[in-house]
Amino acid sequence: MDLFANLAIGFGIALSPFTLMLAVFGCFIGTIIGALPGLGPSNGVAILIPLTFSMGLDATSALVLMTAVYYGAMYGGRISSILLNIPGDEPALMTTLDGYPMAKQGRAGDALVISGVASFTGAFLSTIGLMLLAPLLARVAFQFGPAEYFALYMLAFATLGGIASNNQAKAAIASCIGLAIAMIGVDNNSGLPRLTFGNLHLFDGIDFLVAIVGLFAIAEVFFFIESHGKNTSIGVKLDKVRIPFKDIISTGWTQLRGSLIGFVAGVLPGAGASLGSFLAYMGEKSIAGEEGKFGTGVPRGVAAPEAGNNAAAGGALVPMLTLGVPGSGTTAVLLALLMTLNITPGPTLFTERPEVVWGLIASLLIANFVLLLMNVPMVKVFVKVLSVPPWILLPGVTMISFVGIFSLSGSYFDLLLMVAFGVLGWVLRKLDVPTVPIILGILLGGHMEDALRRAMVLSDGNITYLWSSPIAIGLWVVAIAGFVAPMFLRGVLKKPQRVSD
Amino acid sequence: MISDRIFGAVVTLVALAYIASATQIQTSFLSDPVGPKTFPMLIGAVAAICGIIVVLRPDEDPEWPQLQTLGALVFSVIVLVCYAYALKPLGFLLPTAVTAAILSYQISPRPVPAALAGTGLSLGLFAIFKFALGLSLFALPAAFHG
Repeated sequence: MDLFANLAIGFGIALSPFTLMLAVFGCFIGTIIGALPGLGPSNGVAILIPLTFSMGLDATSALVLMTAVYYGAMYGGRISSILLNIPGDEPALMTTLDGYPMAKQGRAGDALVISGVASFTGAFLSTIGLMLLAPLLARVAFQFGPAEYFALYMLAFATLGGIASNNQAKAAIASCIGLAIAMIGVDNNSGLPRLTFGNLHLFDGIDFLVAIVGLFAIAEVFFFIESHGKNTSIGVKLDKVRIPFKDIISTGWTQLRGSLIGFVAGVLPGAGASLGSFLAYMGEKSIAGEEGKFGTGVPRGVAAPEAGNNAAAGGALVPMLTLGVPGSGTTAVLLALLMTLNITPGPTLFTERPEVVWGLIASLLIANFVLLLMNVPMVKVFVKVLSVPPWILLPGVTMISFVGIFSLSGSYFDLLLMVAFGVLGWVLRKLDVPTVPIILGILLGGHMEDALRRAMVLSDGNITYLWSSPIAIGLWVVAIAGFVAPMFLRGVLKKPQRVSD
Repeated sequence: MISDRIFGAVVTLVALAYIASATQIQTSFLSDPVGPKTFPMLIGAVAAICGIIVVLRPDEDPEWPQLQTLGALVFSVIVLVCYAYALKPLGFLLPTAVTAAILSYQISPRPVPAALAGTGLSLGLFAIFKFALGLSLFALPAAFHG
């Protein structure tokens, strides 16, 4: 079978000592990043990209390192959710609902172990899902012409704006900001500069890494300055960590269901891990009903969102690798990494660079076992990390961001631009405008315009060509439904509030 | 309410300005049916419409920081801008220590821990970047190493 031959190639690469070391190192850094409040997977990965780039790693190694960080951050997010009632990253919000009450009952260790095992189930199953689904989708993706790609990009923006934000108009504005920024620079087709206002620094366009680090990392620093680090609540103590076998077995079905829901949510472009953990939790809550006592600290309430969250993390890699359309904020950052490494994601990636894809998948399988070991027996190490105060952490993040961006181009202009993006990110988030569509816009703007222009060249300017094939029509329908439907479902999809002390 | 109305108006104006500057894009003789102007103008149009929608249907106002906190934020931005200019001519150690200490003080206003955090971060990160990651950074002002 193809699959096993491919996996053999993958393990051949992943089991080399250097790659293995990178995966372990990535898992470790990732778990720390996930656990630290104020440093989520997207900004954590974003500030590390320039550094990996300047370390001169080759494509496979860099990708293995960063996806290990990504998976690690998804595992780590639960630690501060459970112990501090502060989600370490956005998808971990749902874990606070039952995790923190459990910790207050003195079962912090149990909650950490159950959620760690659930994370493993979710991540492992979704990596298998990725392995099976991605080659199939890659085969379908060969049928995609420019019209289908244009519709697909619309779908990504529509679902991201529709599901992940509270206000469609604001999400659309964010997408437009990103696309508008992507237009700056030399036009690919005519070779003439566009919208540079004669500024030489802008001829190459605006580097997406500058925007990502500014919008995610620097903006976060401003939020901490605004709150003067007051959001650090007093945590719960962690006593002995034992393995609660009974709870793990009794939450088995919950973990499987959560993984399935999470994986599907992750595969949808634009939806991502937050939706995965949310749907998994709400689904389990409605299955359990009143007797489930969700929200009071039950093991199932910890297992469901963590399985969903980690399964979505793997699922989100499917559209990113096969179609070049990221399924979440962090995969958008990973897409930026691929572009920096000159790898074009898409169906051709599977045929031309199988070593990259299968090396990555094999590394993820290994990384999962490493993460289970780190997050269950060694969880105490990461709990120590939580005691790093924000007044050391946030200046550190700023300095790493500056050095990272500085090492890319060595120009002060990019640094100024990064600070400007930080200010923009702070203002936009204050106004409840999502910033992930901006990143998506900057990343996909060029491709989207290319797709449109090539479609119009093929059809000689006939606009109906954009919805002339069954695949394209299907994508448009899903795009419109994904954008409009949440307006009516707002009442149902309302996110529960965090538990307060 | 008022924040969103201002935001929507600003977005609309910027979008119109963007469309106006997109009309100035030079077209080459080798043009495709769409050309380099259409897509930027399309984006501008969508943004302008959404801006108007936000003006007409604003959300609740967010909680803006008090004047003092806003001052701290503006001050931090100025410090970061200065840092961006200083990093190259003055080397890594000194500007980093000063900037990190100021940021640390802004988050938690205690002078001694802030100064220690600044110094520690500056030295520690320099060691990591220079020796573990092998980035080419200059520790001291350019004048010292010719």
